[in-house]
Amino acid sequence: MFDYTFQWRSALRALPDMLAGAWVTFETAALSMIFGVLIALALTVMREAQQPVLRGIGNAWVSIARNTPSLFQIYILYFGLGSLGLHVSSWFALLAGITFNNAGYLAENFRGGLKAVPTTQMRAARSLGMSAFQAYRMIIVPQLLRVVFYPLSNQMVWAVLMTSLGVIVGLNNDLTGVTQDYNVKTFRTFEYFAIAAVLYYLIAKLIVAVARLMAWRLFRY
Amino acid sequence: MFSTSFTWNDMLFLLDGAWVTLQLTFWSIMLGSVAGLVFGLLRALLPRASLPLAWVLDVFRSVPLLIQFVLFNSFKSIVGLNISAFSVGCIVLGVYAAAYFTEIVRSGVLAVPPSVRRASRSLGLSYLQDLRWIVLPMASRVAFPGWLNLVLSVMKDTALVMWIGIVELLRASQTIVTRIQEPLLVLCIAGLIYYVMSLVVARLGARLERRWQEND
Repeated sequence: MFDYTFQWRSALRALPDMLAGAWVTFETAALSMIFGVLIALALTVMREAQQPVLRGIGNAWVSIARNTPSLFQIYILYFGLGSLGLHVSSWFALLAGITFNNAGYLAENFRGGLKAVPTTQMRAARSLGMSAFQAYRMIIVPQLLRVVFYPLSNQMVWAVLMTSLGVIVGLNNDLTGVTQDYNVKTFRTFEYFAIAAVLYYLIAKLIVAVARLMAWRLFRY
Repeated sequence: MFSTSFTWNDMLFLLDGAWVTLQLTFWSIMLGSVAGLVFGLLRALLPRASLPLAWVLDVFRSVPLLIQFVLFNSFKSIVGLNISAFSVGCIVLGVYAAAYFTEIVRSGVLAVPPSVRRASRSLGLSYLQDLRWIVLPMASRVAFPGWLNLVLSVMKDTALVMWIGIVELLRASQTIVTRIQEPLLVLCIAGLIYYVMSLVVARLGARLERRWQEND
């Protein structure tokens, strides 16, 4: 029944390449988080706006991002844009897809966080002579970020896990892509993917640990 | 300009795929709910003894689902289990759902105030009666929105099973795209089907939630 010899040594020889892939994975996730947070803040403000067009765009973005698979979003960006004549690289499609997804989920988190910031804060800031933008930047957003810090670090872990979808649209330099490359060369599927799983686990744990440290440092008082 | 070679048969093919997606969601949620319920109760009632369980489940939450699929699929071949790709999908998604549902159940049970449970015990209910008649109704109301979110996210994650060779909605749309070369249209239809499925589940859940809250 069990006639399979594991070849860990040859699989471990691929570790340097896979670590390089892990770095690409991390970079992609971090970039998508940075853009995602910025877009999500814009979306949050848009959904609070009086103007129906802005509100509609914000709501549509959030509901599409939350109600369709992230793989589908990447597909639309990769194949759909291609059919319109915009040929994007698979890395760009992956980054844009994850950013779209992140922005949708984070906007929903931010909306919840915004409710936790008392409206009197905004009024006080405005009556102290700040413009609306200044009030948002210096009063509301810092308080908001404190409330949503844990959802934010969770979403970062999610973003790392989502980058593994890039391999389906043909990305071959992130962690899963490198693993898949080795896999098709050697057919040692289990060994390579087990190492990839361990690396993903370590990345996720690292992010959680750093987030804890940051929270401890930032929100001390 | 608006002519298309997308036919009614293609639509039926997509709907077949959607049916596979729904089946996968259903079975993996069943598996995940039962396992998650047991694990969650263990985690809430015996927090010390079930700590290793938490570590194991944490692994399933920090490794990409795609890799879990590939790993389990190749592990199945190594061990020589003769099960279909569909069952592999159900099992992996089910364990994944269980890992999340455990946390939901745990927080639901812990949300029941200890004073309520003490009151029920001092009214003469046994431990099991207390669990059945006091903790279960209160915890399920807390945990239900989380469970519903889990159902929706599992439904979206079923899209990944295409990697181990199951033809579900997204894979079906991919097959049609390869044939008629109109990715934008076909993908938009597939997206619409996903959107409608999630929306229906979300609406049903919201209605159930409201009905539960009426009695409180």
